[in-house]
Amino acid sequence: MEQLKTIGRELAMGSQGGFGQSKEFLELVKSIGEARSKAEEDRIVLHEIETLKRRISEPDIPKRKMKEFIIRLVYIEMLGHDASFGYIHAVKMTHDDTLLLKRTGYLAVTLFLNDDHDLIILIVNTIQKDLKSDNYLIVCAALNAVCRLINDETIPAVLPQVVDLLNHQKEAVRKKAIMALHRFYHKSPSSVSHLFSNFRKRLCDNDPGVMGATLCPLFDLITVDVNTYKDLVLSFVSILKQVAERRLPKGYDYHQMPAPFIQIRLLKILALLGSGDKLASEKMYTVVGDIFRKCDSTSNIGNAVLYECICCVSSIYPNPKLLEAAAEVISRFLKSDSHNLKYMGIDALGRLIKISPEIAEQHQLAVIDCLEDPDDTLKRKTFELLYKMTKSSNVEVIVDRMIDYMISINDNHYKTYIASRCVELAEQFAPSNHWFIQTMNKVFEHAGDLVNVKVAHNLMRLIAEGFGEDDDAADSQLRSSAVESYLRIIGEPKLPSVFLQVICWVFGEYGTADGKYSASYITGKLCDVAEAYSNDETVKAYAVTALMKIYAFEIASGRKVDMLPECQSLVEELSASHSTDLQQRAYELQAVVSLDAHAVEIIMPLDASCEDIEIDKNLSFLNSYVQQSLENGAQPYIPESERSGTLDISNFRSQDQHEASMHGLKFEAYELPKAPVTSRIPPASVAPSAELVPVPEPSYSRETHQVASVPSISDAGSTEPRLKLDGVRRVVWGKPTYSSPTSSTSNASQSTSNGVTQVDSAANVNSKARKTHDSRKPEAEITPEKQKLAASLFGGPSKTEKRPTSASHKVTKASSHAAEKSQAPKAAVVSNQATLEKINHQPPPDLLDLGEPTVTSSAPSVDPFKQLEGLLDTTQVTSTVNHGAVGATEAPDIMALYVGTPAGGQSSSAENSLPSNSYDINLTSELSNLTSGTTNAGATLPTQFTKGPNPKDALEKDALVRQMGVTPSSQNPNLFSDLLG
Amino acid sequence: MIRSVMVMNTQGKPRLAKFYDFQTVEKQQELIRSVFGVLCSRAENVSNFLDAASIFGPDSSLVYKHYATLYFVLVFDSSENELAMLDLIQVFVETLDKCFKNVCELDIVFNYSKIHTILDEMIFGGQVLETSSTELVKAVEEISRLESASNSITLVPKSVSGWRNR
Repeated sequence: MEQLKTIGRELAMGSQGGFGQSKEFLELVKSIGEARSKAEEDRIVLHEIETLKRRISEPDIPKRKMKEFIIRLVYIEMLGHDASFGYIHAVKMTHDDTLLLKRTGYLAVTLFLNDDHDLIILIVNTIQKDLKSDNYLIVCAALNAVCRLINDETIPAVLPQVVDLLNHQKEAVRKKAIMALHRFYHKSPSSVSHLFSNFRKRLCDNDPGVMGATLCPLFDLITVDVNTYKDLVLSFVSILKQVAERRLPKGYDYHQMPAPFIQIRLLKILALLGSGDKLASEKMYTVVGDIFRKCDSTSNIGNAVLYECICCVSSIYPNPKLLEAAAEVISRFLKSDSHNLKYMGIDALGRLIKISPEIAEQHQLAVIDCLEDPDDTLKRKTFELLYKMTKSSNVEVIVDRMIDYMISINDNHYKTYIASRCVELAEQFAPSNHWFIQTMNKVFEHAGDLVNVKVAHNLMRLIAEGFGEDDDAADSQLRSSAVESYLRIIGEPKLPSVFLQVICWVFGEYGTADGKYSASYITGKLCDVAEAYSNDETVKAYAVTALMKIYAFEIASGRKVDMLPECQSLVEELSASHSTDLQQRAYELQAVVSLDAHAVEIIMPLDASCEDIEIDKNLSFLNSYVQQSLENGAQPYIPESERSGTLDISNFRSQDQHEASMHGLKFEAYELPKAPVTSRIPPASVAPSAELVPVPEPSYSRETHQVASVPSISDAGSTEPRLKLDGVRRVVWGKPTYSSPTSSTSNASQSTSNGVTQVDSAANVNSKARKTHDSRKPEAEITPEKQKLAASLFGGPSKTEKRPTSASHKVTKASSHAAEKSQAPKAAVVSNQATLEKINHQPPPDLLDLGEPTVTSSAPSVDPFKQLEGLLDTTQVTSTVNHGAVGATEAPDIMALYVGTPAGGQSSSAENSLPSNSYDINLTSELSNLTSGTTNAGATLPTQFTKGPNPKDALEKDALVRQMGVTPSSQNPNLFSDLLG
Repeated sequence: MIRSVMVMNTQGKPRLAKFYDFQTVEKQQELIRSVFGVLCSRAENVSNFLDAASIFGPDSSLVYKHYATLYFVLVFDSSENELAMLDLIQVFVETLDKCFKNVCELDIVFNYSKIHTILDEMIFGGQVLETSSTELVKAVEEISRLESASNSITLVPKSVSGWRNR
């Protein structure tokens, strides 16, 4: 049966004409497909190569046959075998006159050759000729080759022809010509710098496709230099408006969206142009608002456009209404079932959070949800977001999470990355020394070989210097806690080298400082280290030096030194070591031990690692010796520069080189001065600092303004010659019905934002309330609790047995519950017992998603309460202050992630005096925030949720799509059913 | 900019590989292998995005879609929109489906040059050129018609004028 099918396929293939392949090729493909092992496949392919080598050079091969050989070559190379013997034949084929062969030839060379391959020189001439061909398909094929094979040296050879093609009658050719110029720009910006005006001209091309293609190079140009293109803002806005209003021909629709790829490009461009420019941004508000409103959020491409809108909104000068719309879309993304949308939601949240940090709060649960997700991509994106949100108040939770994840993965690349992130955050926001050291220990232990050595040095310096405060007691406590933790860790097998170095150093400096551990104990440990890691010379060196320090301190304090036998044998062994460094250290150790107390104290002062060593560069202490020698008749020293007769070789040589470089031919054209900084918004990365004092959180608004101002400054300074502006005329497609869109839009956006404004006000309350309860934050941040909390959060203590299943019932119950709570928060106390019960009823993790708001329309209204109830259990754990403050007590943990001013200075008494008040406010706001509609009235409920993708819609759509038979999906059994291995 | 388009089957055999920046044959194989290594370890029902920085260097993302026995993979930089790229894969597959009537892996293997033609009409030099599968099918059919015509007679370009009027 299977075979019959395959034969049927083959027959069908044969009848397709044009692309039919010979029996041989089919055989080859089939035998490769059936190969059981890589070795067998290799054997088949090698055999094929032999055949091809023989046959391809035979004289008088029919052209069709030749074409097939070339395709077979390409195929072989894709499988990873060398097909270079056939390159020349592919090149030859491009010279052929027949379209079929020429195209095949071009296809093969674009796949085979690099743009600096020797054979290119044989093709350039053909390309030149073909670019002038009458047949547009030949022109297209040549343009395709141009993109790939032309480098900055050969650009001038084809540039005039390509520029001519910008006015070709076929829009397909014009499009490709623009793309080719774009490619030239990538390879050598200076080569096409005089042609930028052409891009502007093509922006008003009659064909929307050409216009769309023009956006690609313009995007790159604007990225480099925003200011030159500010005059185009209005054009872009009007194009975008026309696209969004469906003025383009139907052919540009994709999944009922008007030209979404063009919309996306335009939004990207607007984001660049509006960044930090209030005036330009104001022109965009209406159209972006329109798109927010019109976009179909059920299709993938619609969401792509919405996401781009968010990116645009977060980049241009902030507009509250648009920010609201963006926040709404984000919440829809995050509540979606689709991992892709969640991913985009997290990404978008990371962008928007820079402008309005408060929006994260509404999504805290969704974010934690994503953090727990089994999908690594989503998890990493979430860490990215958390990294952006880190403050001194939540650093502990976030870094703990990061470390847990770091331990769990094997991907070294990402491990390195996240380890450096942990270190960066810890260095910047560490709430206490002790925590910092513990964190560093963990990082070193699990990713020690991957972190920068500098980090180790920073850690040593921290331990040595303490926190800069003149509190010796605290410092010494820090040190002894470090020593203790290292003594615990040292027993573990296979510690990373860098970490061992730190440990050895700390043992040497502070191992015996507090008198808790005897010298022999510490030295024993050090000897163990040196022995266990005997092939790591750096560690051994650190260990020996540490030994020397300990003995020196012992001698200096007047105690008698008894070298352990293993230590003695170690030193003896090292003094015969191949490494001169180790040898020297061993000899030094022996020398120091034999000295008397006074001398030792001078050589090795106690705890002096931070003292500056004064170096006398003039070597003045040798003066008397020099004087004496001179008196004894020695020659005085003449500095090298003053010595006559000898050529100053180094100087001479450099001059020589300089001249050579001046006389050499200059092959390249002078480059245009480029703007020093690209206007892409730099990621708000925070430079690692050695300071470990908790830093007050950076104010976000200030940051964005800084970011925004950077490009404009740089652009002002740029000297790029301004282009002659050929006034871009307004292009209008479709019927010229231009009813004042502004008024209608603003009306509409107002009406839609009704629901949102409520949320916003709630958020405001919340942010006010936050200030009061911030003071509690530093108290409770413990990982297991947090996990428990998180688990109880998104799973939601399942009350499935208790809760009526009918949706309407749920809503009413929930909303009445809500009303009750918001009116009298204190009354909404759920008892301990109830909470515990609920915890017990937690469903297994794979069912947790049931709590997701988007699953059923009723779920959203229920969800917040589940969450709140879930929080109760942490209430009990974290504090017993009040169990009425349901939402608020959860705050120290979860809110800590989002909120926060460092509150180290605030005393706990302040907390106690405030709680009921602040929590009440917070609770209400929490509730209204989370359930937005529910607390207020049933009417507002739909605003948030009905728009979201709803499973019924999705199912319908899926069914439709399947009916059409267009979308091949993995569930479709007919598709891909008969396949080779 | 799109950096690469790959199609490979669930056993990691490449079915189509196109790199818009030159890569040596060895490097291509290595990239395909490492992409496959990541893809085959992904569970069902997770997102279609991957951080490709460890494979393709900084500023690169990867979107993939799994159809029956094939993975369709797009690698691109931050100037592209991930969701849109996902739709581009969709366009590609839709076009293949229209060209081959219920496309299967076999079609892709045997019609190697046609697949490249389709891809070249869709993505040009790393930029998205055309996103309508109807247009793509039209263009490709036109090409194959002219190609077979050009085998016998010399080409008269005027006969092409009816092409692509939307």
